[in-house]
Amino acid sequence: MSMLHTVNKSPFERNALDSCIRLAKAGSAILLTEDGVVGAMKNTNYSKTISDAMSNIKFYVLGPDLKARGLSEDNIVDGITVVDYAGFVDLTTEHETVQSWL
Amino acid sequence: MENEGDQVIKKFMYMNRKAPYGTIYALESLEVVLIAAAFDQDVSLVCADDGVYQLMKGQNTDDIGMKNFSPTYSALGDYDIKKIYIEKESLEERGLSLDDLQDLKYEDEDDDWAEKDSIHLVSREELAQVIDEQDVVFSF
Repeated sequence: MSMLHTVNKSPFERNALDSCIRLAKAGSAILLTEDGVVGAMKNTNYSKTISDAMSNIKFYVLGPDLKARGLSEDNIVDGITVVDYAGFVDLTTEHETVQSWL
Repeated sequence: MENEGDQVIKKFMYMNRKAPYGTIYALESLEVVLIAAAFDQDVSLVCADDGVYQLMKGQNTDDIGMKNFSPTYSALGDYDIKKIYIEKESLEERGLSLDDLQDLKYEDEDDDWAEKDSIHLVSREELAQVIDEQDVVFSF
């Protein structure tokens, strides 16, 4: 079973998401929450990092945190799955361990 | 620094560089800005880096259990805060444009209360100049 990584910091402000992507094993999942959701958006200086990592990591983003910030689900990088709180819970049960990056 | 009668008017700048809701900085900044406005100072606001997300249109915090304070920005004009600088490069790095942000206005009492733009899109170079002209810069 693989690990679920959660990242709650913007990649424009902190390097948590960079480190997470660098250190996550192939087959892991990364869920973006809180200010981390800005990393999911299309056409940003960060979008390519996510697209490139997608070949061996599955990406998720928490919908309520997008909505709070006025960010549309239609503008996220193709291939990222939007989840709600129930989906968040499912992810934690589907993976053996959860690592929260700070 | 200007002197208006006995009162000293300083140029106060509030520098916003963080996305809203993940931390308390954006809300705290807004509250302090409103307090400063009550003291009749020369106030300006900057949104740079992730601070540009503070002015996003269509914020809806129903599902995160926090107060949506974004409508308050539209009241800044009534508090005589008419200089809101947005750094162009910060928008571009995030795939955003002014259309994604709230359209903030103020009424100019010296021009028959004509409605004017509070938002000024500035380049990094222009912003550096505006910062340099300040008496005090507060970072949030």
